[in-house]
Amino acid sequence: MSPSDTPENTTAPGVGDSAADGPLIVFDQVVKRFGDLTVLDHLDFDVAAGERVTLIGPSGSGKTTILRLLMTLEKVTEGRIDIGGEPFSHMPKGSGLAPASESYLRQRRKSIGMVFQQFNLFPNMTVRKNVMEAPVHVLGLSKDEASARAEELLDLVGLGDKVDAHPTQLSGGQQQRVAIARALAMRPEILLLDEVTSALDPELVAGVLDVLREVAETTDITMLCVTHEMGFARDVSHRVLMFDQGRIAEAGHPDQIFGDPQEERTKTFLKSVLENGH
Amino acid sequence: MEFLIAQWPRFLDGTLLTIQLTLGGIVLAFVLAMTFGVMGTMRHWLPRAVATVYVEVFRGIAALVVMYWLIYALPLLSGFQLEDMFAAILALGLNLGAYGAEVVRSSINAVPRAQVEATVALNMSWAQRMRLVVLPQAWAQMLPTFGNLVVELMKATAVVYLVSMHDLSWIADDLRRLSGETIPVFLVAFALYYLIAQVLIFGVRLLERRANRRLGRVPPSGGGILGLLRPPTVGTKVGVAK
Repeated sequence: MSPSDTPENTTAPGVGDSAADGPLIVFDQVVKRFGDLTVLDHLDFDVAAGERVTLIGPSGSGKTTILRLLMTLEKVTEGRIDIGGEPFSHMPKGSGLAPASESYLRQRRKSIGMVFQQFNLFPNMTVRKNVMEAPVHVLGLSKDEASARAEELLDLVGLGDKVDAHPTQLSGGQQQRVAIARALAMRPEILLLDEVTSALDPELVAGVLDVLREVAETTDITMLCVTHEMGFARDVSHRVLMFDQGRIAEAGHPDQIFGDPQEERTKTFLKSVLENGH
Repeated sequence: MEFLIAQWPRFLDGTLLTIQLTLGGIVLAFVLAMTFGVMGTMRHWLPRAVATVYVEVFRGIAALVVMYWLIYALPLLSGFQLEDMFAAILALGLNLGAYGAEVVRSSINAVPRAQVEATVALNMSWAQRMRLVVLPQAWAQMLPTFGNLVVELMKATAVVYLVSMHDLSWIADDLRRLSGETIPVFLVAFALYYLIAQVLIFGVRLLERRANRRLGRVPPSGGGILGLLRPPTVGTKVGVAK
């Protein structure tokens, strides 16, 4: 594969530009409650453009909710999220802000892609269609262009020979690699990875992580990654955030968090993850 | 027997009318079911309210009464006389469309939420999500129940007997009156209704098989005539996994 084939050169300009002088993603006092349960508790954090951040922490600590808020699958209860220096969870209205409408969200989430724990491929489409339908209908690419690009991306994830297969004919690892190709086909500037290897048999995990390593190395896509794969997190991320009860318990360079954690909760969590064989 | 053979053209005429009413009713009911079924899943309250009113009104009223209204009461109120054929198809379509709308609505709601979330992540519009992902998956779910409704509709066409349209039931009863050959006449009617139903069921079964194939669910027999049996429930995933 020549360097020009990598998604890096095809990433559309947009929010990344305006964020050159500030953080790309800003969480400002974000609260998320489900009924009486507070999942995120006045959370503040920033992510720079091109930064790769791994979110770790016990289940229920709010990591996945952060990704779902960014993908607009959930709405904030309080506080706000800005992306590229502009409001994201809210929209300008008069002189103030109002909760974002569906059409505003549709405009703003263009630059964001997500890969899910359970792949969520569309069973009514071949692998090729899974990757090319959104580029054709949402981005307005021609069918030929989208199909060629789908083949390119499926090559990138090592499934060039499966373009016309049906998702049900693929293993979990292969399905997840298709899902990564599908997300990349939309040329996201921000890629959200939600426990993308948790549903896979152990022997299939490496193939998926290799693809993501390649994406991390060859593109400048900003990545937020929720994972229990600590080796992978250490390799690819610039920063690790340890979550506990809806707050950031500790944040730092992966070498520091994994090599010399300061907080008791971080130590306990990392110990339990290691004992569980991850 | 000679009587039956002599009267065969009349049976065919009646059968033809029954088939016309059935097909007309199916087309109308399908359009109504899809329209109001989809409206019943929309976020805004207005389309949902319209869909609810339609379903509750026409599910609750017998097709026969709707037909009486269209043929006898409407002209008194509006001075406008509908063609009998049109009124009958309208009554049948409105009635079965109400049942169908509930099938469509529940099938759409049965598409896993994760599929919808994937369409959000790809920034699809509502219309794109429906057309590309939700309806193609809901379709496979709708078909078995649609098969029931199609046969129900075909049998319900017999109500036109009561407004003296010469369908299969009317012809059979007329021939009984003329000849007194009660048992042979109704045996033929029975067989003809049954035949139409079987053709309809076969057609729906073919659609069902195709819909399941598109979702990657292939019957273990790999198709052929056995593939037209009711498909196995779970464990439908076949193929190579590496």
